[in-house]
Amino acid sequence: MRRPVRDSEDSHRKLTRRALVMGGAMAATIAVLGGRMRYLGVDQAEDFALLAEQNRVNIQLIPPDRGLITDRNGKLIAGNEQNYRVVITREGAGDVEAVLNRLSHLIPLTRGDMERVLRDVGRNPSFVPIPVKDRLSWEEFSRVTVNAPALPGVSPDVGLSRVYPRDTDFAHVVGYVGPVSEKDLEGIENPDPLLRIPKFQIGKIGVEKWREDVLRGAAGNRKIEVNHVGRVMRELERTEGEAGADLMLTIDADVQNFVQVRLGEESASCVVMDVTNGDIIAAASAPSFDPNLFVRGISSANYNVLMQNDHRPLANKVVQGAYPPGSTFKMVTALAALADGSLDVETTVRCPGYLEFGGRRFHCWKHGGHGKVDLARSLAESCDVFYYEIAQKVGIDKISEMGRRLGLGMRHDLPMSAITEGILPTKEWKQTKYKQDWRIGDTINASIGQGYVLASPLQLAVMTARTATGRAVVPRLIRAIDGVETKVAEAESLGIPESHLEAVRAGMNSVVNSQHGTSYGARVAAADKKMAGKSGTSQVRNISASERETGVVANTDLPWKFRDHALFVAYAPADAPRYAVAVVVEHGGGGSSAAAPVARDVLLRVLTGALPDPADYPETQRKRIQSMLEELRLRNPDGTMPAEKKV
Amino acid sequence: MSFLEYRVKFAPTGFGKVLYVNWGLYLVITACAAIGWLMLYSISGGDMDQWAGPQMKRFAAGLVLSLMICLTPIWFWRSMSVAAYCATFVLLLIVQFFGVVGMGAQRWIDIGFMRLQPSELMKVALVMILATYYDWLPDRRVSRPLWVLVPVALILAPAALVFLEPNLGTTLMLVVAGAGVMFAAGVSLWYFAAVAGVFGAGVAGIFLLRGTPWQLIHDYQYKRIDTFLDPSADPLGAGYNITQAKIALGSGGWTGKGFMQGTQSRLNFLPEKHTDFIFTTLGEEFGFVGAISLLTLYAVILVFLFWAALQNKDRFSSLLLIGIAMNFFLYLAVNLAMVMGLAPVVGVPLPFLSYGGSATLVLLIAFGLAQSAIVHRLR
Repeated sequence: MRRPVRDSEDSHRKLTRRALVMGGAMAATIAVLGGRMRYLGVDQAEDFALLAEQNRVNIQLIPPDRGLITDRNGKLIAGNEQNYRVVITREGAGDVEAVLNRLSHLIPLTRGDMERVLRDVGRNPSFVPIPVKDRLSWEEFSRVTVNAPALPGVSPDVGLSRVYPRDTDFAHVVGYVGPVSEKDLEGIENPDPLLRIPKFQIGKIGVEKWREDVLRGAAGNRKIEVNHVGRVMRELERTEGEAGADLMLTIDADVQNFVQVRLGEESASCVVMDVTNGDIIAAASAPSFDPNLFVRGISSANYNVLMQNDHRPLANKVVQGAYPPGSTFKMVTALAALADGSLDVETTVRCPGYLEFGGRRFHCWKHGGHGKVDLARSLAESCDVFYYEIAQKVGIDKISEMGRRLGLGMRHDLPMSAITEGILPTKEWKQTKYKQDWRIGDTINASIGQGYVLASPLQLAVMTARTATGRAVVPRLIRAIDGVETKVAEAESLGIPESHLEAVRAGMNSVVNSQHGTSYGARVAAADKKMAGKSGTSQVRNISASERETGVVANTDLPWKFRDHALFVAYAPADAPRYAVAVVVEHGGGGSSAAAPVARDVLLRVLTGALPDPADYPETQRKRIQSMLEELRLRNPDGTMPAEKKV
Repeated sequence: MSFLEYRVKFAPTGFGKVLYVNWGLYLVITACAAIGWLMLYSISGGDMDQWAGPQMKRFAAGLVLSLMICLTPIWFWRSMSVAAYCATFVLLLIVQFFGVVGMGAQRWIDIGFMRLQPSELMKVALVMILATYYDWLPDRRVSRPLWVLVPVALILAPAALVFLEPNLGTTLMLVVAGAGVMFAAGVSLWYFAAVAGVFGAGVAGIFLLRGTPWQLIHDYQYKRIDTFLDPSADPLGAGYNITQAKIALGSGGWTGKGFMQGTQSRLNFLPEKHTDFIFTTLGEEFGFVGAISLLTLYAVILVFLFWAALQNKDRFSSLLLIGIAMNFFLYLAVNLAMVMGLAPVVGVPLPFLSYGGSATLVLLIAFGLAQSAIVHRLR
């Protein structure tokens, strides 16, 4: 051996010592590892077992089918259609851009679509499907499906989406659905988990919004086992949801269509009510818009067009519009005076064409005055001074009280958005609102439905129905939910003596049917369909004294937005009321000329049950009416639009 | 001089060698590998061909190689150690310039039938050359500064190359295993104390200078440290691996969910479930009992190695055995500490269980050398 033995023995003892130290350190480390294992696996096992289960099982919601909405005869107003779309996942596609380029040869993809997809793909985990294109035609959809092998990561997908086959007819009544927004979630305490599903549609306005509770249905769910990237491995459990309830409206889709088309492009609204049970047969607001645009996501250009239109197509004027009711309010003043005893059928007032009061002149619409006027004539010829006189005796509070009994100045609870209460002023109301005393001049203005008084077309229709029946008719829009009829209690009597109502109805009858009546031009010839009504022309501007001197400027010479509102309320048949109608044509001019003909056409349409027969009109008007009716572009009974007429 | 020193020393020769092989050690190793095959079979969802089959073939081939090494005299391997070190070092250089980039780092060299990781081979070669060096070096020079610098250079040269790949785990193992051999060889404790002091100061500096303009490492490296210290802060990002591994281990309980019943690994929640994180599946499916059993097997292997090292009077053999034990221990300790959330995530496989050729092969070569030292011990 080269080395001295002692050296070797010393070094070996040292090695043994140090090896033992190392071994001890290793043993200690292994003990620590074992302790750690015990801590994780035994002491904390319960916590971790729970976490592992959560890792594994995901719960997915199955969106329920939204309830259908039909008209009173079962015609579809809002349905669900198959929405064919394609989605893409990054992990499947690899090179997303290349796949999109290939896809763009099969379906139309804009530059913007592709940029949006690329952006969303970048923002989400690689397994999340990003919608590429919605609402593909069947042909495009099958083209993608057939070419699937060449399009990795692209998968065709079918969902349900809301569709409104009678688009513009029901935009205001039924409203539309749209994706849930942050605003929708505000104020909901425990939001339905469904609302968290991306692109889940909920009602935004109209029936869709206000009966969301029954239309939505209940979500089903499926428990699925997922792997680490969230891909579904298998389904563990499935609970089917509950489809939303189907709603049947009181509206007759064909009548609604007629009314909508009849209003045309005017800024107008019209509501038709069944006076026996309050069913709303039609409620149209013009101009309208296509709710399907909103479901699909309206472009800002289209939206701006709707917003900037001075005819306000987005507003549901039937319930949102608050107008001075003008002369249509005279029934209220008359009934209040009759109830008060300050008026009876015999009472007469002399009308010189104006009333002097407190140094102010309140004019009658007829420059020369009506002479001696009684109740019947005051309605038929719409004498203003008559009402100026009797209103002073009755006082505003009693007039407003009568208005409230007839359904004005109160909110009628319909599943519609932004329903106005209107205004029925009282002394107290003015004090609270303006901190001013009520003045007699205010009463005089209010007596003919000007000044502070405001009412919506719906309220005017209710007023007319109540006047025609003497019962507290309540409007209703939902006829049945899932086939179960909603109950209507027989309307209670208003407690107005029949003799008073008869007097007013006689006046309304002669408005249309007496030769001196303001709306004689809108009379009905057929004896069984005669209508009774009242016109109203409400000023939207002040007429100055100097203008009166030189002669009031004719409506047609004024800019559109300064023209008077034209109103007309009516019921028919005059001797056995069945339907009440209220028409408001904004800035339409005279109520008799602009609104009354619409009311007549609508009432004849609903009484006939088909397009009105020209024979029901006065002989001199038949030719004109016939061609007007032929011009109307009505829908086919199945809801489709007729083919464009060749010019 | 006692009677014993006059006894004729002998080493077994010929077929007689087979009797002196420590078959118990091979048996325990095979038991560990068998646990690995079970786990691989379970992770692949009962598919023999995916991982378990190839791994068994590799182990069998490695075992044959190991036996061949074991029957070759230990003094032959001592004479080969310089050549082995130099050859492996050249391989490391080749990897640096021609290697295949895998997992974001240059670690592999493609030699046709398999991909070789020279850094794994270096673990054995480094232990061999250090053992040879201290066998040759006279005892009185062991703690002389100049003679300490030589092994330090032998350690740091390959460690630097591996660090550049970059492969932090293997770099640490090379340095610590090398230091272990130096410690066993009797290098003065003052050197170790000095290095520990400098290292401690460095760590303190890293943390104290954070956020100042003089910070010593990149922000993303700080983030990794943060993630290690509190994985729940970033559960879906960098902390994901650790959190999921802990969930798997923890959900096993005392006896586990049962063979093939683990949800974490089968559903792919676990990253690297068949390689570095294979222990999590064991913990999930066989629970605390299974994990402790494996730890016990590992401890038995270490006891065998240390016992052989202490018995052996040949300095080269002793140091080689201690170095191999050190390496083996580092594999399992770093891997288990990482999987159980006690150490940062560095790529170190679990010996004999993790799927992969290089590590298994290198371990079997190392145990072949250890057995050779055992067989050729002078008796």
